[in-house]
Amino acid sequence: MKTYEKSAGFFPVFERKTGPAKEATHYCPGCGHGNVHKMIAEALEEFGLIGRSVFVSPVGCSVFGYYYFNCGNFQAAHGRAPAVATAVKRTNPDSIVISYQGDGDLAAIGTAETIHAANRGENICVFFVNNAIYGMTGGQMAPTTMIGQRSTTTPQGRLETVHGNPIRMAEMLATLPAPTYIERVAIGDSKHIMKARKAIRKALKIQAEGKGYSFVEIVSACPTGWKMDPVHARDWLLEDMLKVFPLGVFKDESDSRDENSWHRRYDAYEPAVVDEYLDRLKSTLGEAEPVALENDLHCKFAGFGGQGILTLGLLLSQIGMRAGQHVSWFPAYGPEMRGGTANCSVNLCGSRIGTPLVENPNVLVVMNQPSLDAFADQVTDGGVIIVDTTIVEGRPDAKRLRPVLIPATAIADEVGMAKIANVVVLGALVAATGCFPRAFCEDTLRAAIKKRSLVDMNIDAFGRGYDFVKNAR
Amino acid sequence: MARQFMKGNDAIVVGALAAGCRAYYGYPITPASEIAHAAALHFPALGGVFIQAESEVAAMNMVYGSAGMGVRTMTASSSPGFSLKQEGLSYAAGAELPCVVVNIVRGGPGLGNIAPEQGDYFQITKGGGHGNYRLIALAPNGAQEMCDLTMHAFELADKYRNPACIMADGITGQMMEVVEIPKAQPRTWDHSSWCVDGTPATAGNLVSSIILEPEELEAHNLKLEAKYQRITADEVMFEKYAVDDADLVVVAYGVVSRIVYSTVDQARAEGLKVGLLRPITLWPFPSAAIAALCGTAKSFLAVELSTGQMVEDVRLAVEGRKPVHFYGRCGGVVPGGDELLAEYRRVLGGGSR
Amino acid sequence: MTDNAALDVPWMEVNGELCKGCQLCLAVCPKSVIAISEKLNSASYHPAYYTGADCTGCGLCFYACPEPGAIRVTKP
Repeated sequence: MKTYEKSAGFFPVFERKTGPAKEATHYCPGCGHGNVHKMIAEALEEFGLIGRSVFVSPVGCSVFGYYYFNCGNFQAAHGRAPAVATAVKRTNPDSIVISYQGDGDLAAIGTAETIHAANRGENICVFFVNNAIYGMTGGQMAPTTMIGQRSTTTPQGRLETVHGNPIRMAEMLATLPAPTYIERVAIGDSKHIMKARKAIRKALKIQAEGKGYSFVEIVSACPTGWKMDPVHARDWLLEDMLKVFPLGVFKDESDSRDENSWHRRYDAYEPAVVDEYLDRLKSTLGEAEPVALENDLHCKFAGFGGQGILTLGLLLSQIGMRAGQHVSWFPAYGPEMRGGTANCSVNLCGSRIGTPLVENPNVLVVMNQPSLDAFADQVTDGGVIIVDTTIVEGRPDAKRLRPVLIPATAIADEVGMAKIANVVVLGALVAATGCFPRAFCEDTLRAAIKKRSLVDMNIDAFGRGYDFVKNAR
Repeated sequence: MARQFMKGNDAIVVGALAAGCRAYYGYPITPASEIAHAAALHFPALGGVFIQAESEVAAMNMVYGSAGMGVRTMTASSSPGFSLKQEGLSYAAGAELPCVVVNIVRGGPGLGNIAPEQGDYFQITKGGGHGNYRLIALAPNGAQEMCDLTMHAFELADKYRNPACIMADGITGQMMEVVEIPKAQPRTWDHSSWCVDGTPATAGNLVSSIILEPEELEAHNLKLEAKYQRITADEVMFEKYAVDDADLVVVAYGVVSRIVYSTVDQARAEGLKVGLLRPITLWPFPSAAIAALCGTAKSFLAVELSTGQMVEDVRLAVEGRKPVHFYGRCGGVVPGGDELLAEYRRVLGGGSR
Repeated sequence: MTDNAALDVPWMEVNGELCKGCQLCLAVCPKSVIAISEKLNSASYHPAYYTGADCTGCGLCFYACPEPGAIRVTKP
């Protein structure tokens, strides 16, 4: 015996619905939404998917999808159902996710979400009810409204030159490589209806098999919005709409794709796994006994991009961190960096650091002339100013400041790489300020320099800078 | 002790991972992009989700999706992007979905620039999207807090089923400091009573913000309001430095609080009794703490990277009992310590701007 | 209804309270065995009804009907 009756995919009684009629839908007579709902509910039941299904209702007439479907339900913002559905599916790949949308929702306000969910090949089903009008909001023009069709916002009829043309979403999406299956069907005559049923079932099956994204566009009547009785509306759909929205399969790779080929991994939260992972992010400099810092350092390092100015700051910061001091490093960021100049502020303090910005440094490194011009006056009285004399022609005020004049780039070149002038400068800085012992800094550098082959050269560069200052005294 | 020297933006992701966040949805924007970079590296490596969304709008609505699944989830952006997230924030607040949204504030309005600012204070603390709702808003002022307050934001979001926001500025995002890497916290949350996670156990649940009947929607709003009152009563966080005997209480948050902190001792060295009150929660605002200082303080000074936004909350807290002054820079200009000291002298000398 | 069951022939039935009188079931019925009542239901629609004989149990009316619970078709 075969019985066609209300599916268990629906709630037996629509308790969430407002008003007294709890067994009837809120849809108008002859509206195609009900037909599509029935086909979805039937398929969910027959495929045994109800319990793990999530139905995402859009904004539009089907905003109340959650009144009806006996599964998990989301209600999404206008046009965002594919974004919500994406996240639902990604955070439970075993769920069956339906993004159910009308034409305004899917093809106007949610165009971006629609295209990109398709382009990512989300393993979801998008059921798109195209009835060429905004129903819920009062019969306005939809992106799929036909040329000449009157609506409350095209009272003289839709004009190509004013309002554009009806948009064919199935054809557009079929140009994308990721979607598995795209078909346009209709709630028209019986043949169409049974084809629509088949398409909906196929889409759900593709998802259940992990084969990827399906899009079924269902051309459907809106007798109220069209101001027609249901039977005339159906005839208009058959005679006029299907000329603009031809039925057919626009893409079908369901046979050539492997099961679960579009199934994405998701692991639930395991604190132990996260702990193990976070442990790998910790500093690899190794533990060291705290090293006292006699005077807080407020440093500014400045030069051209490419001179390793920011790295100089980072290396000093890492030495400071390993010494157990409070450290902050702040780079000038964004376009100013890309403009070819670079500077950063580094604070090394024995106690909590206030402002991370160094307005008045007690250590300034200048590796180009503009930096000397810009920052020398800001250095505090008696502050150290390290000048790379290979590049900088000017000389700072030796009465007010403690200049360290070092041909850092030339020294680096002798060491083997002009680019490590910054490390020569670091050696000079450590020697000039006496902030940390030489051996401690060298140990830190060995651990901090990622490229093993460059360690010796860096230690050499550091030592030359350090000795240059020490010997000059 | 597991430490690392890292950017504030990276510390946010470390905090999120340690809080059990499993899904990150984002869109690139300076100066917040490092958060997405770090998330793209770490979330998939841990079997979580990272999606670079097609838009800020989509990213926020993806957060809505995962939050509705009962999964800890987040997004991050900077001011223009945060504006675009308002739709999703309103929906998430309406549907009572816990999630964390980070705003590394830059200069505005419009495209503005990428320099640090605090001009999004109104948007974050007064609404931003439509309807009656509040965002829990936390304002870190250093890399460690970027990590720790992100974890706290997840806690509060879950505790109250409400979006929580991290409001930081470009400096706090870009600056590197030493961060102690936290332990991953135990999974204490259970959202099965309301979430929809694609299992039979939650199939009877509904994630939605639509309530048609006016009386029912009013009741829902009143329920939300009662929740916001509870948050206001229980979750205020602030920090005080040298305020108890201060003639001038400077109120500042984020990077500005760091600059002010640096000036307090300098000010006192020249005889100016200045103290700092730093709101850590911008909403709920530490109004009671400020009000309590009206007895001892002669005046208040709000310093912001804006043309005057938080100062309105300070005035509401002070209720006219003492003068409330304002000093602000914006557009990416950050006040220097000398500039602030001059302002303290002017205010304490009786001048007013 | 029990008559049809007893006779072991297919039949369709309309829940007159849920039917919205759109007549799409009439339009698709290959045997024209569905008609519209002259009476109004409580929602003020003229509901469809089965004329009582010759239903083949094809189910087309069921899928043409937008209402989940309005039509039931039984094919023994």
